[in-house]
Amino acid sequence: MIGAGTPVPDFVLRRADQSEFTPGDLEARTSVLVFYPFAFSPVCTDQFNLYQEVLDEFAQRGATLYGVSCDATYSQTAFVAQLGVTIEQLSDFEPKGATCRAFGVLHEGGFPERALVIVGPDRIVRWSYQAPSPGDLPGANLIFDGLAAG
Amino acid sequence: MSGSDSDARPDDLRSAPVPPPGSDEHLRGPAEAPIVIVYADFECPACAALHGRLYAGAVRVCFRHFPVRSSHPRAWPAAAAAEAAGLQGRFWEMHDALFADPGRLEDPHLWARARSLRLDLARFDADRRSDAVSDRVRADFRAGVRAGVVTAPTAFAAGPDGAFAPLAIAELRRLLSLSR
Repeated sequence: MIGAGTPVPDFVLRRADQSEFTPGDLEARTSVLVFYPFAFSPVCTDQFNLYQEVLDEFAQRGATLYGVSCDATYSQTAFVAQLGVTIEQLSDFEPKGATCRAFGVLHEGGFPERALVIVGPDRIVRWSYQAPSPGDLPGANLIFDGLAAG
Repeated sequence: MSGSDSDARPDDLRSAPVPPPGSDEHLRGPAEAPIVIVYADFECPACAALHGRLYAGAVRVCFRHFPVRSSHPRAWPAAAAAEAAGLQGRFWEMHDALFADPGRLEDPHLWARARSLRLDLARFDADRRSDAVSDRVRADFRAGVRAGVVTAPTAFAAGPDGAFAPLAIAELRRLLSLSR
């Protein structure tokens, strides 16, 4: 996967309103891209519930979280609505997995690995982490470690 | 609670070892039994299922709160109720009452439990809404986050070096089965 010190690749993701999310949207902020396999799956559910619980802590450190999966925007919207989670979702549905592949986090099964990428205001990756398997849930503590390491 | 980094800010959520049991912890079980730290949530079905076996005598449980509101909206009020009951010396009774019926955690259900435990209701209600109780629940939760807890129940047991490390559920079940 993409490593610290690397500029983010060119990519296009889709927001819930169908507008594009591109590297330009990462400028002037610290962003945490939370790549996850599937909306509505158990581990992904636990993951976003946990991160939501400390979302204000991320904000206090100037970090904005984004969930990234290959689900369609409609699925992602329904997912977060069901959870009551406010973390914005970005869809890598079409072309499927292109952004995940560019970041080096596309699982051979055609879905995102469970991975975290912290991008600085200069669009340079500050920290990245990939879970040992898609079934492993990275604790929120790891994101705080990554934010402190940058 | 002991075990925090000496250079950590109060709001630090970076990784840290799970704090070992301190003097103000909720501990239950034989004094000579191995200690298991359990992060749990009163609205969690898996925690309720584990509850029945945790206190059979094989381990000494150190109970800590890990309420995640987006998945269990009543977990935090339930945790606060348990702490408020604890301020009147009835933590474990309220703990057991909450796990006995995790589907009934709205305020009237909490008051009913408090009445059945003969708590001072006015004090109970004030305490459960207090900053002190909220801080206690939040401290447990934050320590869990720092230790890498991602969901409830999560257990930690002491290794040969005395440091607490995550305990796989299968291993916890093995430990609990030793009492049978």
